[in-house]
Amino acid sequence: MIRILIWFSLLLHGSCLFASDLEVGRGKGFSTLQSAVDKAKPGDRILVYPGTYEAINLKIEKPLTIEGKDWPVLDAKGKDDGIAILCSDVTVKGLVIKNTNRGSLKDYAGIRVFKASNIVISGNQLINAFFGIYLSDARNVHVTNNKLKGEAPDQSSSGNGIHLWQCANSVITGNHITGHRDGIYFEFARHGFIEKNVSEKNHRYGLHFMFSDSNIFHNNQFVKNGTGVAVMYSTQIQMLHNDFAENWGGSAYGILLKDIKDSHIRGNRFEKNTTAMYVEGSSRVKVDSNRFVSNGWAVKLLASCQQDTFTCNNFIANTFDISTNGTLYMNYFQQNYWEKYDGYDLNRDRNGDVPHRPVSLYSLMVEKMPFMIFLLRSFIIDLLDTSERNVPSLIPENIVDVTPRMKELELND
Amino acid sequence: MIEIDSLCKTFGKLPVLRNLSATLPAGRATAVIGHNGSGKTTLIKCILGMVIPDSGSIKIDDQEIRNQWEYRNRIGYMPQIGRYPDNMRINQVLGMMKDIRGRFQPGLDEELVHKYALGELGKKSMRTLSGGTRQKVSAALAFMFSPDILILDEPTAGLDPVASEILKDKITESKKAGRTILITSHIMSEVEELADDILYLHNGTVGFYKSIAALKEETGEEKISKALATLLK
Amino acid sequence: MLKITKYVVYDILRSKVLILYTAFLGIASMALFNLETDPAKAIISLLSIVMIILPLVSIVFSTTYFYNAYEFMELLVSQPLQRRTIILAQYMGIGLCLVLAYVIGVGIPMLLFAPGEVSVILLFAGIMLTLSFTAFAFLASVLTRDKARGIGVSLLLWFYLAILYDAILIGILYAFNDYPLEKVVIGLAACNPIDLARIMVLLKLDISALMGYTGAVFQEIFGNGLGIAMGFVVLTLWVLLPLWLSVRIFRRKNI
Repeated sequence: MIRILIWFSLLLHGSCLFASDLEVGRGKGFSTLQSAVDKAKPGDRILVYPGTYEAINLKIEKPLTIEGKDWPVLDAKGKDDGIAILCSDVTVKGLVIKNTNRGSLKDYAGIRVFKASNIVISGNQLINAFFGIYLSDARNVHVTNNKLKGEAPDQSSSGNGIHLWQCANSVITGNHITGHRDGIYFEFARHGFIEKNVSEKNHRYGLHFMFSDSNIFHNNQFVKNGTGVAVMYSTQIQMLHNDFAENWGGSAYGILLKDIKDSHIRGNRFEKNTTAMYVEGSSRVKVDSNRFVSNGWAVKLLASCQQDTFTCNNFIANTFDISTNGTLYMNYFQQNYWEKYDGYDLNRDRNGDVPHRPVSLYSLMVEKMPFMIFLLRSFIIDLLDTSERNVPSLIPENIVDVTPRMKELELND
Repeated sequence: MIEIDSLCKTFGKLPVLRNLSATLPAGRATAVIGHNGSGKTTLIKCILGMVIPDSGSIKIDDQEIRNQWEYRNRIGYMPQIGRYPDNMRINQVLGMMKDIRGRFQPGLDEELVHKYALGELGKKSMRTLSGGTRQKVSAALAFMFSPDILILDEPTAGLDPVASEILKDKITESKKAGRTILITSHIMSEVEELADDILYLHNGTVGFYKSIAALKEETGEEKISKALATLLK
Repeated sequence: MLKITKYVVYDILRSKVLILYTAFLGIASMALFNLETDPAKAIISLLSIVMIILPLVSIVFSTTYFYNAYEFMELLVSQPLQRRTIILAQYMGIGLCLVLAYVIGVGIPMLLFAPGEVSVILLFAGIMLTLSFTAFAFLASVLTRDKARGIGVSLLLWFYLAILYDAILIGILYAFNDYPLEKVVIGLAACNPIDLARIMVLLKLDISALMGYTGAVFQEIFGNGLGIAMGFVVLTLWVLLPLWLSVRIFRRKNI
């Protein structure tokens, strides 16, 4: 009994009651971060004052809070990881972490979290890190308001910004990621909540995730990434009110969906992407209330998709609204606004009286023979498309919106 | 002096000029006459360089005209029907021709402009003009640059008698000044009045080429129309 | 030569057709820019006008004018002027007027409402097309003396280049679908001034990204300053070639 009491009091001592602040900086208690970490007791807070400190694979193996004041710099000097968090209940705040090693043997990271839970990584800057924040086998990690700036020149020499492997209940919010390979990468990560991040100008995907079920993406911006956003082999994904913009180039997508099931894509804005949404092998995906504006292809829906529904979306000023590579079955289009629709509404129910067929003959031709694109906006093409739309013979009969809206839908963001 | 030597021209399969040779001397007026389709207009157009002959040559004062254009400075041409840009006014047309040719000519002969009172009509656009007034413009233009050679295609057709007289006087005067004059006309009295020689074309070649005096003498007729009739029997 | 051009311009500027044409272009472009919220979309609509209407009006107007001015040309031919001077002066006059109509009707609104690289390229492409189809009109006109036939030839030329050519291309591409045709397609596009002009404008509208590999090839060729210059050189050839042919024919023509 006494033994237990002593242990208990020790625990209290260590974790809260007698937790103390250790100061690192010129003229402070510690001149190196390493020495402070070594000395610190579990639950202590380490305050790091401005200056440049070496942080080469700095291991955190007890519950600590490390907090930077006015941006102290932790430099890994290109040798290894920056900070490695190897136990639970660690908070890292306000640090600038720089110059990790890079290479193909190991995924060097600015902040690594391994087999830990209840971690907070907040308000840090990661500059010229190979991988930025690397979470593996972690639970309940909050990654918030960090700025990640990769400086590798191309895809092959860069690592991911925020990388999750086998994680659950992660919260990724308010981060800004640029210059990495993938901005945010999820693999086997479940029940994540990803909100208000800006992932732009990354070399490959702004967001990339695979085998990661039940995640929610809300209010993020994925702009000008090499190939947009790729979401693969996952179920129960909610993608709400995100911005997919200016992913422009030979093989750039706003969002690429491959083998996605039972997911919901709502209220997003897709603007100026080469292909706003590419859907392959996906089923029971609900796509509603999105805006597709000024894209090359708004939706490429491959014949391997089933039971996807597109309702109440706006399709405006896209070169092609819907394109497909074969015969589509059991995919539904309802109550969308198609700017290209030229029907009428005599009964004034706000839906056009004539069905709209969003796949144009020309888009089929281009799908089969890509070089046909050079006839884009040629008079003969307009002529063919118009006549085909009025008297369909080659375009698929079953891709049809029987209740096309007459006016653009007001979509609340 | 215009020397025409073995001139041939075929339009499609239709021969229009067949080996036509003639020499038109300076200081004389030669009337080119003949049936419709005998080659009169084609001959004129060849001299003007508007039609390019298949073979043969035309020399003006010993100079071959093929592929040349400067020689036309010495020619005044009055077409059968003068057509001008519809939207232009008379004085603009006159001004334009002065623009084009004026720089080669120091003095302008604007006698006809004055006599036909074209200056007063100057503001009228070409579209509104009667055929007669257009002819006056053509005549005025033909003489304006005091050319050595005058080519007049049915000059008095469409002109009122007063205007005709003015033109005829001008032609006679030019002849006296030693110019080479070529006229086509269907009006024999006019030919008689103006021409010294007659070049009669028949099927694209020279039927005869004689002075009027010789013609009358040969046939013993007083009137040229009669003389012709006799000759062509 | 400029003297004659001056009178031709003077003559055409008074014709109602040219004023109507300018007004039509002006109204169309103003309407497009005011109705479309996105200037890029207005430019795309203008592109269609430039690719279809512009060549049509240029070729028909020029042919008609050529025949209507035939007597005037007769008059000029009998004057101390070179044939080449006469036809080039006429060409410059008509071309200048049509270009003027286009610049006023489309160019100025476009540069006002959507200033930028695309507008500049579309402006120049339109000017080149106008000049090219005016040259085609001259070629049709010197080929035949008959006005109706001349206008017929012009319309056929327009129909061929603006519509039929692309239709035939679709057929050919369809038939030889299995071969790598990207480079061939560029060659074929250069063989039609309308296609060439359209592609040059579209590449600036960033459509290149839609073109996948073809786009990459196009972009490689036309994407940089040199490529655009090359494109305009080829367009210039499409002005000079028919013009040179018509001068050649006109010099030997019996008026």
